[in-house]
Amino acid sequence: MKDISKSFHGIHANKDINLVVKSGEILGLLGENGAGKTTLMNILYGLYQPDSGQIKINNRPISIKNPIESITHGIGMVHQHFMLIKNHSVIENIALGYKDTPFFFPKIQLKKKVEEFSKQFDFKIDLDQKIWQLSAGEQQRIEIIKALLNGADLLILDEPTSVLTPLEIQELISILRLMKAQGHMIIFISHKLDEIMDICDRVTVLQKGQIVGHAATAETDKKSLARMMVGRDVVFNIDKEKLEKGKKILSVTDIHITGDKGMAAVKGVSFELFENQIFGIAGVSGNGQRELAEAITGIRKVDSGSIRINGKDVANKSPRQIYDYGVSHVPEERMRFGIAPGLFLYDNAILKQHHLEKFSKKYFIKYNQVKKHTNSIINNFKVATYSIDNQTRNLSGGNIQKLILGREISEKPQLLVASHPTYGLDVGATEFLRQHLLELRKQGSAVLLFSEDLEEIFELCDRVAVIFDGQFMGILESDDERLCDIGLMMAGSKISGFH
Amino acid sequence: MIKITTTDRYNITPFRSLMTNVFSLAAGLFVISIIFLIAGVNPLFAISEIFSGSFGSAYGFKETLTKAIPLILIGAGLTLAFRAKFWNIGAEGQLLMGAIFSTWTGLTFGDALPSYIIVPMIFMAGFIGGAFWGIIPAILKIKYSINEVISTLMLNYICAEFLTMLIVGPWKGKARFGFPGTDNLPESAILGVIPGSRIHYATLILAIVCAIVLCVVIYKTRFGYETRVVGENPDAGKYAGIDFLKTSLIIMAISGGLAGFAGVGEIAGIHHYLGYPASVSSGYGFTAIIVAWLAKLNPLYAIVSGIFFAGILVGGDAIQISLGLPAATVEIVNGTLLFFLIMGDYFLNNKISIRLSN
Repeated sequence: MKDISKSFHGIHANKDINLVVKSGEILGLLGENGAGKTTLMNILYGLYQPDSGQIKINNRPISIKNPIESITHGIGMVHQHFMLIKNHSVIENIALGYKDTPFFFPKIQLKKKVEEFSKQFDFKIDLDQKIWQLSAGEQQRIEIIKALLNGADLLILDEPTSVLTPLEIQELISILRLMKAQGHMIIFISHKLDEIMDICDRVTVLQKGQIVGHAATAETDKKSLARMMVGRDVVFNIDKEKLEKGKKILSVTDIHITGDKGMAAVKGVSFELFENQIFGIAGVSGNGQRELAEAITGIRKVDSGSIRINGKDVANKSPRQIYDYGVSHVPEERMRFGIAPGLFLYDNAILKQHHLEKFSKKYFIKYNQVKKHTNSIINNFKVATYSIDNQTRNLSGGNIQKLILGREISEKPQLLVASHPTYGLDVGATEFLRQHLLELRKQGSAVLLFSEDLEEIFELCDRVAVIFDGQFMGILESDDERLCDIGLMMAGSKISGFH
Repeated sequence: MIKITTTDRYNITPFRSLMTNVFSLAAGLFVISIIFLIAGVNPLFAISEIFSGSFGSAYGFKETLTKAIPLILIGAGLTLAFRAKFWNIGAEGQLLMGAIFSTWTGLTFGDALPSYIIVPMIFMAGFIGGAFWGIIPAILKIKYSINEVISTLMLNYICAEFLTMLIVGPWKGKARFGFPGTDNLPESAILGVIPGSRIHYATLILAIVCAIVLCVVIYKTRFGYETRVVGENPDAGKYAGIDFLKTSLIIMAISGGLAGFAGVGEIAGIHHYLGYPASVSSGYGFTAIIVAWLAKLNPLYAIVSGIFFAGILVGGDAIQISLGLPAATVEIVNGTLLFFLIMGDYFLNNKISIRLSN
């Protein structure tokens, strides 16, 4: 790619980008949120047209007007969110995206071909299963097969590990290595330094739409990559103050919750949480964390057990009642629960607070106050936007997350339930948000932190519980030596002496 | 080679919004001209006839205002429902139910009560009737996940048939000599008109007040805020502690209730008795969908777009008579304009640039 530029309403998303990928190579594309990684790849995949610049394959300039053309040029892309039809089977989904699918009996003819491919890359997939029965990792493999079947020489993976469990990540990495050995080119988009170091041969760092550096991973280290990415040094270990725990805020006793598919998602979990404390719940996602967070904040019903906040039972109370008891919530699925995308920033800045006296008088909303409040969130939390009269959908994911966190933290909650608060954020924003969580702890709030990121758990938490299959595998103080076994606990073995 | 790129447009000024509508209407009228040409009529003459028929003469303008009353009422109510993404296609049925309720009230109590009591009563009854018919699909949607487009549309037919059953059966008036229809409402229940016209001014004032109040409700109140949140993202509404059932019920009660008001106006202001559904309302419930859309879901603008479409209805009648065109012509005009207005929205929200390149 040569001199690629693309701007959206006057702001450069990409500026004079030059990128070269050689065959048999994995190139990492590293950058903060909104650095222009995804835009660049969407140009390569034909979803956007560049304002200027040229794309060449084998030294021949080509123009890619749409994804179909990019597929014929041997470019495949696996998006962060999968493009599969949930009620169809694996083979039907593959047939749908395959360019040479025969009109009659497509499945029978295609099956053989797919099985060959699966063997070649050591995939184990039942082709007749429906998509919704599969895990995220399996769905991703189907996307990869689809791209390979269409003859992709260059495969673009957009944040491929964000939805995977650690084990699935290992499997993905071995698949990628196999593909590399067979001469495929891979562009791997990520903002996780460890993965980039682990998987890629070379790495290109983007910052504010421009390339700020190239490096071979063998000749660089995490620290200098991080510096390149944010343009300054990043504190990897935040020092947290020793604080005595205050009075008890939250106590959960033997709680049982049913999940979306009617199966028990949380099976008898109990714990307590105090002022000036951060309680971490670690574990691979999908083990009941989401259901537990939703139950505590009132979005989901509880089957049995009690949730007490300051001694009052709030199980099965409405989200607003629980909010009024002093519980804030940063939801896991922020686009689904956290914002109304078509409304203005200032509308979203009071999503949960609009009924408070501060912002509404009898039946009316005090928009003057609301706008003032929104401006202070935007300044304090460095939300990048040209105006608060902006539709929230125009913000990048990271900025939306900052807005939600600002909204939930600025009310000084007694308890903050934060689900994966730094998921998808770049290093700089992550550090900033963690500082805010610690500040909240210092001010006397209790924080319940759900995270898959062990580094985050170790850095922030006073106590850590590990959840597996809806049950706690153990609750440990942050200085407990047995925390080294956290990997084992996450895989489902209980710590000795814990019930 | 021609290169076409589209980008989202972020800063939409009121002026641009207005100009887009003007251009869309112009483009729509251009296509309508072609249709007139095919029908063998001079399009310039036909279009000028439509507008001179509705806005060009005192008589025409009075008729336009008369027809604008139900369109403004229903259109304003629909802006609220559509903002909550509740696709209420059932305003026609809600209007008829309002007409049924108010007719019953007028016939039952009208003889014994003076105007200043019975008129508010029939409006109240009409609102309740329309709201009742509007709440049913809201309950069906939220409790049983039944698509509101289907249920509101079907409820139109149920209500129309129910009304027909009433006027040929139990409610058939003694003074009708066997023809279907109820007796006339008593004098006290009949709305006053501006002399020399059919404009029942009480309903016109009510329509304008409703539109203004709704505008304040949508943009300034907590309920309006909750409506917009629910419409944009119901899950976020749940997270924010908004009671989805309660909000939807109120929205549909208002939307249906305003259509019910329109039904009262038609009965007590124009016809003075309950006749066949097609004579009570000439499709106002459907035309009002376009009114709400042209108003960009702002109830205040529904006043202007309501008058505009009333003008087209009246002008359509005018060209039927003067040019001998079929009655369906005006529906073609309406449909074409709606099509172009919706298309205009796309060009308002997206910036298209066409460039020549090698």
